[in-house]
Amino acid sequence: MSGTFERIPWWRDRRVVPWIVQAVVGLVLLLVISLLVGNLVRNLTGAGLLLSWRWLGQPASFDVAESLIPFDASMPYWRALLVGLVNSLRVIVVGLVGATLLGTAVGMASFSSNGLLRRLARVYVEVIRNIPLLLQLLFWYFVVFLALPNGTAAFQLPGVVVSKSGLYLAWFAQGFSWQGPELVNGVWQAPLRLSVEFTALLTGLITYSGAFIAEVVRGGIASVPQGQWEAATSLGLHWSASMRSVVLPQALRVIVPGLNSQYISLAKNSALAVAVGYVDLYSVSETTLNQTGRALEVFLLLLGSYLIIDLLISAVMNGVNQLVQIRER
Amino acid sequence: MQPSPRWLLALPLLLAFALGGCADDSGSGGGVQSVKLSTIRGRGKLVCGVDGKLPGFSFLGPDGTYSGLDADTCRAVAAAVLGDPAKVEFRDLNSSERFAALASGEVDMLARNTTMTLSRDSAGGNGISFGPTTFYDGQGVMVPVASGATTLQDLDGKPICVESGTTTELNLADRMREQGISYTPLKFQTGDQTYAAYLGGRCVAVTSDRSQLAAKRSSFPNPDQHTLLPVVMSKEPLTPASVNGDPAWADAMRWTVFALFQAEELGITKANVAAKVAEAKANTNQADLRRFLGVEGDFGKQLGLPADFVPKTIAAVGNYGEIFERNVGTGSPLKLERAENRLWTEGGLIYSPPFR
Repeated sequence: MSGTFERIPWWRDRRVVPWIVQAVVGLVLLLVISLLVGNLVRNLTGAGLLLSWRWLGQPASFDVAESLIPFDASMPYWRALLVGLVNSLRVIVVGLVGATLLGTAVGMASFSSNGLLRRLARVYVEVIRNIPLLLQLLFWYFVVFLALPNGTAAFQLPGVVVSKSGLYLAWFAQGFSWQGPELVNGVWQAPLRLSVEFTALLTGLITYSGAFIAEVVRGGIASVPQGQWEAATSLGLHWSASMRSVVLPQALRVIVPGLNSQYISLAKNSALAVAVGYVDLYSVSETTLNQTGRALEVFLLLLGSYLIIDLLISAVMNGVNQLVQIRER
Repeated sequence: MQPSPRWLLALPLLLAFALGGCADDSGSGGGVQSVKLSTIRGRGKLVCGVDGKLPGFSFLGPDGTYSGLDADTCRAVAAAVLGDPAKVEFRDLNSSERFAALASGEVDMLARNTTMTLSRDSAGGNGISFGPTTFYDGQGVMVPVASGATTLQDLDGKPICVESGTTTELNLADRMREQGISYTPLKFQTGDQTYAAYLGGRCVAVTSDRSQLAAKRSSFPNPDQHTLLPVVMSKEPLTPASVNGDPAWADAMRWTVFALFQAEELGITKANVAAKVAEAKANTNQADLRRFLGVEGDFGKQLGLPADFVPKTIAAVGNYGEIFERNVGTGSPLKLERAENRLWTEGGLIYSPPFR
């Protein structure tokens, strides 16, 4: 009797206790959440604000300044919100590409053998990243773009016209014929027209994010040991060739995770579009909220949309990160 | 870089509903029960949501004080509830923030050139409670004189600047659609940005309440170069508001504003209110005046306000006519006519129900 193993009581069993603790914590968490949600629903019902999505199907009856998909005021709210989403994605995608190109160029320039270029890169980064983005956007829009002349006085380059009402670019018109901007009755017409709001927002986002990306790229390049440069040089490679084929591929491992968070900030910062009158998702949502008064629903949609956009960017960048990592053989 | 801080407004709104208990349990026993009134008294000041950048209505001057018709409405309510017009904390709100700020309890009331509409009033819409209209306005369109535009049709195919989150944004869309005029709406979040874009020449016209256009024009570098089109696109009754669900507080605010109208009708001014009170006290036959000034009866108590809330209010800000003249009338930089905003006895729309 005394020689047999005593069973360990369950409250001291290493296999049982963690489960019990987890269950209790889970239960408490569930209780708190259900209490909050229950209270939320009760109070919302009391205030007559219980979530309802029927308004999404009603006609929006407002116009938008620019849209990539067909839209008019008789279409429903969901379509208007979609227009806003597409406009947001448009500025985010173009912004990501532009900021990456600019940031990489400036990041590489800070290692250039040309002293002037190196210093210019430093000045750009220090000036841009130390001024709030909202101020920069207002500056680009109100001070730079709205000061541009209109009509015949607009700046004209071959295939490009920059005026107060927008940016006009040459592009393929009907029948794949190359067509440049032309002045019709004092108004510029071109196959590809970017509104001045879009251009100002894009310029602001690209220069702002570009400065941060430049720093990420600079940090990545600096992390590559000096010996790699020397090895490349001893092989007879030119500066640009050693940068392109030896240093940058190795630097990518450090750069990509840093880029991820810069991309996410750019996507979130695009919501400042309303400051310069660009119709992005936030701008359309605000008008929708103004018309319907459905504050919670509109904000939930907004929060959800930006969350999904950022998670998607993150997922793509994590995939890219896997690609550039050293693969164990 | 933070996203726009207005996002954060949704958070207190959600939290307030998620964490807020049942408000009606905590009223003080006896008399008028109002959470808001006791909150304001406990705090010792009224938090009033205003525009803050609109000359004549609510404008933060270089000396750090607010002036304007809306600002004086806040002061009148503070004088009625707390006995002191200085006990107001003004909170600048833009058009999109205002209702969320009111619903979440960040401000006690709005006097922010806000148009009363069905969807803003109804429980299924914004769910706010409107008081009496303090300024009857209409939507107008301002264009540069040099543009030569005289009707809405002249604006066909052109960009028009408008502040987002306003009724004017919605009226613009409706009127243009009715008349089949195509246009590009350029929406900005604040009045400052809207008028900056207009002055920068990005749009050929800017639309808003006519009083607001006149007010903003008065602060332009060259006011003479801009003109209002004769068209009036909508009715814009600008009305102070409080949150739904506290009727006693809404009543207190409503009747304080009515008292301003009634005082003008009775000829009681900031200057003579003390004499009128003395007259009412001496003359027991003037029952109407005695009741209005709180010498007799318990109107104050019925509203949860001090018995002498009317004389206190008038002594602080004057009657409605005085407030109008001081801030937006012909003697002010805005030079607006009384027009619809005359007393009903003179053919206007300003009318107080009886104090009875």
